[in-house]
Parts: sequence; structure tokens; C-alpha cells
Amino acid sequence: MKIGFSAIAWGSAAAVALAVAGCAAMTGSGDTGQAAVALMKKDFKSHGQATVDRLDQDELQRLCTEYSGDRKLPEDQAKRLEQAQAALIKYPVDGHYMGDWKAGEKIAQTGVGKQWSDDPKKPGGGNCYACHQLTKAELSYGTIGPSLYHFGRTRGFGPDMQKYVYGKVYNSQAFASCSSMPRFGYHGILTEQQIKDVVALLVDPHSPVNQ
Amino acid sequence: MNPIHRAVTLVCVSTALGAAGAFAQQSTTEQEIEKYRAAVGEDNPAELWEARGEALWKEKRGPKQASLEQCDIGLGPGVVKGAYTVLPKYFADTGKVQDLESRLVTCMVTLQGISEADAKKDHFGNGPKKSAMEALVSYVASESRGMKMNVSLGRPEEREAYEIGKKMFFYRAGPHDFACATCHSHDNMRIRLQDLPNLTNPRDAQRAYTTWPGYRVSQGEVRTMQHRLNDCYRQQRFPEPGYASDAVTALTMYLAYTANGGVYNAPSVKR
Repeated sequence: MKIGFSAIAWGSAAAVALAVAGCAAMTGSGDTGQAAVALMKKDFKSHGQATVDRLDQDELQRLCTEYSGDRKLPEDQAKRLEQAQAALIKYPVDGHYMGDWKAGEKIAQTGVGKQWSDDPKKPGGGNCYACHQLTKAELSYGTIGPSLYHFGRTRGFGPDMQKYVYGKVYNSQAFASCSSMPRFGYHGILTEQQIKDVVALLVDPHSPVNQ
Repeated sequence: MNPIHRAVTLVCVSTALGAAGAFAQQSTTEQEIEKYRAAVGEDNPAELWEARGEALWKEKRGPKQASLEQCDIGLGPGVVKGAYTVLPKYFADTGKVQDLESRLVTCMVTLQGISEADAKKDHFGNGPKKSAMEALVSYVASESRGMKMNVSLGRPEEREAYEIGKKMFFYRAGPHDFACATCHSHDNMRIRLQDLPNLTNPRDAQRAYTTWPGYRVSQGEVRTMQHRLNDCYRQQRFPEPGYASDAVTALTMYLAYTANGGVYNAPSVKR
């Protein structure tokens, strides 16, 4: 059969993957997934810090891609994934989880970092407001994640809650597999100190989140 | 209204919008854009791009000193009316599924003798550095206004592009673990104050797809679907998708086919 796009222009790996995909599509099973990866690897280019190796998925990204859309990750696999991700969390050795909520608010407001247009030497942000409501004052917040307004007042201010929030920001996948939330600590989007500042934003009783 | 008069109006409106910025938090972005549309009335700045694009379409250019008037962009050589509504589609001469921008590159190369690299140069305009491509796309797209999106998956190559594009849409990777689907597969969600279309849902996909290209008030440029997807991937923290590449065409095919039946209404005015 004649296969799609231009196999000649695609490089051999893509052509093979596509041929497989083309035949599989006819039988209804399909590995268009491989063809998609091959095509992206052919057509995406490194730009600044956003290098092509970012297209390579880790185990979690692979599973969460496979089980997306209408497909839900089976519960036993979800649990295994969460345990594996929990083991990747590095808690602060000093045992302190709380930083400065004022610095945390700035981190929550800032969305830069890791894009090809960003300077890798400059500190990145958490962009929390893109998805979450946090304070009463900031009306420009997104709704992709739940509201975190009054988080501490509702959930508690104690050391256990501080540790929980640290872990959740560090690696959300340890608590809710295939969550939309980035793994800020695991991927080095935020530093240990920055995560502590975000913890303070949520759990410090004086933070505007809890007013 | 002549272009200069219109440009002056725009500057005034932009300034007024800037002053209104303090109140922007209290209304959604969509409402702000509505105010802008009301202020400029029937005049859409994209008309400047459309006019420049029409001139470029008819102008004899390149080593072969030929116009693009015999270019086949989907409905046969020289047919512009309605062409945008059937794209992307398979073209036998290249053996590829192509979107409008990829197809325009093909015609610049074959009809005008321009090198592919030159055809793709300055594909995204930036202030004084105007993009011929953004103008051409504006012109061609404007000739489909009021017509229904009607993309076909009749050929195996088209079906394949759609399926691959769908896989790309759900592909999670990079330092933020994002996919297109992270932001665009749920109903009624916002990022900050910006409404996010659920592009897996035909109603939202129609509304989104049929309004590109758009004159972006924030950038002062007409931006095409290629630019929109490029900027999404930047924010997704992916490497950069090649301009008018097969990968972007595949993703566009997924989005365009999902938008089938929607009435095309662009170039539009956007945030």
C-alpha cells in the first residue's frame, strides 16, 4: 500500500514506523503512537534550552500518554506509579519545609522558566495562578486545578501538612498519578528554597492565602 | 477607511485599552476583545494583511517571475475561494498531506523558482520585518469567510495524518509533563483569565479553528495557525516544531477535522 505523507522525506525510522502504523490502522489495532514520535523527532528542533531530547518520555509520561483521553489508568498501575514517584522526592535535609510566603507569592505569579525563550541562568517560576486560585486579591487565576484559597485554614498549619505540601509541589505524581500538575522539584523547575517559599504561601497562617 | 486612517484609529484604541487595563481583571478576556471589536467597528486591522497578501498572490516574483495565481491550494489551480475550508489535504504532486502554509511554500518553489529556505524566511513577522506568508495566508483564508469547514479523511494519507496528529495532541513530555491535552481537553477551563477551548469537543474546536488567523492586539501582527501551534509548544516546554513541517500539518489535521461543520470566520481579532 502507499503510505501517508512523503515516506521518502521522512527518514527510514519514520518510514518504518509509519508503514507499521499504516498496516496496523487497517487492522484496527494500530501503533500510530510510534509513527507520531518518529515524526516529531524528524520535525522538532532544539531551540535554546528546549532540546530535542525532551521528546523522550520517562515511564510516567509514557503511561500517562497511553492512558489519556477516554482511557483511565487502571488502579493497580496508578498505585504502583505513585509509589515509584514518591521514592523520587528529596525532602530538605534540614527538616524545615517553610520559607517566606512573600517570595512564594512572587513564584506563584511568575510563569517563566524552561521555555526556549527563557534565559536558563535566571530563576524560574511556578506559575501557580495559571491554574489555581490562591488569594482573594488576585482575580486573574485559572481553573485547571482546584482553588487553594484558605488552604492552610482548611487543611491545617502543622508540620505534617507542611511536609505534605512540600512533597506535592516537588512531585505531584506521587499523590495523584497522571495529574496535570508539573513535578516542580523532580524536574528542577523550582529549587528547594523556592518550594519552601511556596509551602509558606499555602501553609503560613500570615499568608494572604489564609486571610 | 484608508489604511493610514485605520492605523491611527488602532493606536488610539490600543491606548484606550491600556488605560482600561486596570479593570481588565474584573471581566474575562473575551469581553475585553468584544470591547475592542466594538471600538474598531467593521474595521479589522487584518484587512491590511489581506490586501498585501492579495497583491503578493498576483505579483510576478522569484527567478521565474511568476505569480501564485496558478497555485493549487486544494480546489484546483488558481481557486482561492473556499480553499481554506478543505485544508489540510493530500496533494498528489508532492505525495504529502499539506496545510495552507506548507502548500504555499510548494508553490513558491515550483511556480516562482524561490528556494524553500527563502520561501520559509521571515515566516513570522516582527514589527518592520513583515512576513509575506502571514499576508498570503490572511488573503487566502479571508476568501473562505462564511463557508463551512469541510476537511476530508477520504484518503489513507489523510486518515493517517489525523491519527498521528491526535497522538501528538495527547503526547506528554518535557520538564513540565505537558501535552496539548493538558490545557485543551476539558470543558470550561481557564488559564489565568483566558478561556481554554476543549479542542477534543467539536463545538469548541469549531469556535477556535474558524477564527485563525487572527490579528493579535497584544502583538500587532496577524498570526496564523502555524504560529499559534508554535507558541503552544513553546509554552509546553517542547523543542520547536519546524515551520510548515509534516508534524505541524498532522496536528493541524486533527484540529481542523474536529472543527468540521464550523462556519469559517477569519482573519479575526484576538487578544
